[in-house]
Amino acid sequence: MRKLIVVVAALALVAAACGGAGDEAGGGEGAAEQPFRIAVVAPSAINDLAFSQSIYDGLVAIQEEMGGPTKVELAVTDGTFVVEDAAAAIRDYAAQGYDLVIAHGSQYGTSLQEIAPDFPDVSFAWGTAGDTFGLPNVFAYEAASNQGGYVMGVMAAALSESGVVGIIGPIEVGDAKLYVDGFAAGVKAQDPTVDVTINYTGSFSDVALAAEAARAAIGAGADVLTGTAQMVVGAVGVAQEEGVLWFGTQADQTQLAPEIVVASQVYHWEVVLRDMIDLIQQGTLGGEAYVIDLANGGEEIAFNPGFDLPADVKQLGQDTIQGIIDGSIVVPAGG
Amino acid sequence: MGEFFTSAVLVSTVASGLRLSTSYLFAAIGETFGQRSGVLNLGVDGIMLLGAFGAYYTVLNGGGLWLGMVVAITVGLVMGLAMAFTSVTLQAEQGISGIGFYLFGLGLSDLLFQKLVGTPLPIRGFPELRIPLLADLPVVGEMLFSHSIVVYAAFLLVPVGAFVLNRTTLGLKIRSVGENPEAADTLGVSVAGVRYFTVMTGSALAGLGGAALATELGIFQQNLTAGQGFIAVALVYFGAWRPVGVMAGSLLYGLVASVVLQLKTLGIIPRSASELAAMLPAVLTILALVVAVQRERQPAALTKPYERGA
Repeated sequence: MRKLIVVVAALALVAAACGGAGDEAGGGEGAAEQPFRIAVVAPSAINDLAFSQSIYDGLVAIQEEMGGPTKVELAVTDGTFVVEDAAAAIRDYAAQGYDLVIAHGSQYGTSLQEIAPDFPDVSFAWGTAGDTFGLPNVFAYEAASNQGGYVMGVMAAALSESGVVGIIGPIEVGDAKLYVDGFAAGVKAQDPTVDVTINYTGSFSDVALAAEAARAAIGAGADVLTGTAQMVVGAVGVAQEEGVLWFGTQADQTQLAPEIVVASQVYHWEVVLRDMIDLIQQGTLGGEAYVIDLANGGEEIAFNPGFDLPADVKQLGQDTIQGIIDGSIVVPAGG
Repeated sequence: MGEFFTSAVLVSTVASGLRLSTSYLFAAIGETFGQRSGVLNLGVDGIMLLGAFGAYYTVLNGGGLWLGMVVAITVGLVMGLAMAFTSVTLQAEQGISGIGFYLFGLGLSDLLFQKLVGTPLPIRGFPELRIPLLADLPVVGEMLFSHSIVVYAAFLLVPVGAFVLNRTTLGLKIRSVGENPEAADTLGVSVAGVRYFTVMTGSALAGLGGAALATELGIFQQNLTAGQGFIAVALVYFGAWRPVGVMAGSLLYGLVASVVLQLKTLGIIPRSASELAAMLPAVLTILALVVAVQRERQPAALTKPYERGA
């Protein structure tokens, strides 16, 4: 008898769970227009003030632009650094019939290549990357982070009094490498005598290591620092403590250290998301590779209004931005 | 290479190594107590994360650092109680339940962080505490005696832990329960009681380790510890279940990581070798483990639940 009760209870729970999910998918809107459904899978937290936050902010901006949650439905799975977990989430969203499934992580490429052909009616987007695998329902998007890096490198060289600038990176790949190379190039272009110390800590997430790397750079004489990836919050903390200047990337990092953050390169993914959604609504589900850069407004240098930046350095920065946009300054793309 | 061997660089490398070892040390000493009594707690990383968030949230809301530490310890005690209940009373498979606690801690700390905090704001940790006289010693003073109080506390745990384990009746009970619980039970020692005590103490220390990490870094983030708790468990094996050995392991790990960072900054390790170099702390610790573990064996009752008459 007891066993029967347990079995019935378990079945009831399962039924309730399925019923609940069914309600959500059906939606309260029996309205004529179905909302555009976007799902995103990201490797770190969407409030990491870096990589994953940038795509989330972009999606929220798009949602507002397009009329709010009734017009655009957003689903987020974050913290899936492990590729298997992300692949499961991507496949899940595709199976649930989302219009656009965004795989925001270069490590998700192989998984996407396997999953996309199984769902020809779902549009996928892969970032940061430039390869659409020749599949008709895959978009690719990346950031020319070397451009913003270059601009800030120029300003860093101009601001540095000690003549040493430090860069804290995670692993020398992809977006991180692009940014670091761009920044270093900017420093050298502005002032070849400035020393650039680059430290790839070997981890995207080890905050303690990033903090100690920042200390080591400061010990080597750096009075301006920059870095990329979500572990960088540790380095910013140390910069704040030691009164060293900071340039941020991927998101506006001003609030982490309002006194010493000079500027951040902010990604506005909505610039390319808009285009993707337009194409999807017209029936083209993929095949385009997008790049956000200074010219199309996808990258913006957000100056910290609370930081007292000398006017000539700010002008230097803005001139450099203009130079990159009109092509008179060519930023090296890594090497 | 000569640049590395200057006094300034060596001092900051050692100081940095000590700072890096601190959170490992808290968690590992705590785990030593638990393991010595026969309970393996693989949930250390999750408990560290919950302790870290507890302390961070407390400080962020103006409660102050000391209250933050108390909150972290309390969180650790509660998690320890749950772990002890699962391992000792319910006699669950300890490795698996430990992983379960880890996942729980990882998820809950992130959930609370996202719901209660949202975008991270920085906090200030404990200020540097210079030990009078000793801090003024040349070289050694900067290296060892001008750290924050959490660093000193972690290293103080080593002699305290060693004393408790080796020179007190409590320590004797812990060790006997870990080696031969039947015999201990016959002599009137409460096996369950001792194990509850050690697991809860160990978890409290893990929570404190997480709090130390969060306050030293001045921030919280999803998965802030990035697996430190698991390294801490490995360090217990490395240290042959002795506090001094565990300290040696933590120092090895922290100092190697610090040396690698310094060499990268000075350009002595080229960028092409940077990932290989990042592996070094783990590789060296494994090598040392292989060498060291030949000599010591683990507590006989480790991971084995005890039931009277079973």
